[in-house]
Amino acid sequence: MDRAKSRGFLGGLKDSIPIALGYLSVSFGFGIMAVSNGLSVFAAVLISMTNLTSAGQVAGLTVIASDGGLIEMAIAQLVINLRYSLMSLSLSQKLDSKFTWLSRLGVSFGITDEIFAVASGKSEEVSKQYMAGLISLPWVGWAAGTLLGGAAGEILPEKLKAALGIAIYGMFVAIFVPAARKAIGVLTVVAIAVGGACCMRYIPVFSGISEGFRIIICTVIAAAAGAFFFPVKHDEEGGGEK
Amino acid sequence: MTAKLLVYILVMAGVTYLVRMLPLMVFRRKIRSRYVQSFLYYVPYAVLGAMTIPAVFYATGSVISASVGLAAAFVLAFFGKSLIVVALSASAAAFAAELIIGAVK
Repeated sequence: MDRAKSRGFLGGLKDSIPIALGYLSVSFGFGIMAVSNGLSVFAAVLISMTNLTSAGQVAGLTVIASDGGLIEMAIAQLVINLRYSLMSLSLSQKLDSKFTWLSRLGVSFGITDEIFAVASGKSEEVSKQYMAGLISLPWVGWAAGTLLGGAAGEILPEKLKAALGIAIYGMFVAIFVPAARKAIGVLTVVAIAVGGACCMRYIPVFSGISEGFRIIICTVIAAAAGAFFFPVKHDEEGGGEK
Repeated sequence: MTAKLLVYILVMAGVTYLVRMLPLMVFRRKIRSRYVQSFLYYVPYAVLGAMTIPAVFYATGSVISASVGLAAAFVLAFFGKSLIVVALSASAAAFAAELIIGAVK
């Protein structure tokens, strides 16, 4: 009985609590950032409810704020979120036989680094009820955090708002610094990406390249160099943002 | 909300969904290429690095307070502090720096 429960909707909900709490705080930073870039709270929450991804949303915000093109937006999302394809691919082997194409369509909306990590950490196949539970609470947390951050961004004094604007970058740092400390490959990739982004920002030759494309170019070059010089072992696949 | 913003959001959400959905619906086989696997493994770190520096220096309105916040984040992240601790400490450090700059002026 207990075993059946832990595989169902409630089991998914329970496993998702830590993810939801984490999302609540990360998306708070996104909400503030969106509002300080001139978006309404409603638009910020709409982005969070339809995208459910941190790096992609910040890049999207960059494109919107710099009045970039739609092709630029599409390529940025494609490159930045490409890793989800790998996770989808891996997860497709983990879903139990009761998954219909409709439930596959639903579950694929909610594949994030953290949700993928928990689902693939299960020893048995996962049910659609379990996946529904695992996805719904983090989704609510992600939207609610954006709402709170956006609202806070509208009422907080300027100095405090400015200081909170750095929060989302703090979270990015908290993801790549520990990983770079542990693996020379990650350190190299981050160094190349940062070096590239600085070159494109400060060397006048690159001033014609828009913000979104700068992120795309730096990402592709850095990740390709990392894959070439420091290929990872198979069991590390699907790692990433935590 | 303008129509243009709505189109931006539509493209964002649409591409992000397709990237997640297509492999789950279409492919049933694993990617075997070690190079492709490695590339996808490194993408998040490359993106986060390229988006953080140098953009972070312009996030608070003053390069000095942003640098103080970034330094705090680096130190705490290096010692493995959690996401939320690093983020809030970066904000607190930047805020303190803003206050000090304001007082000196």
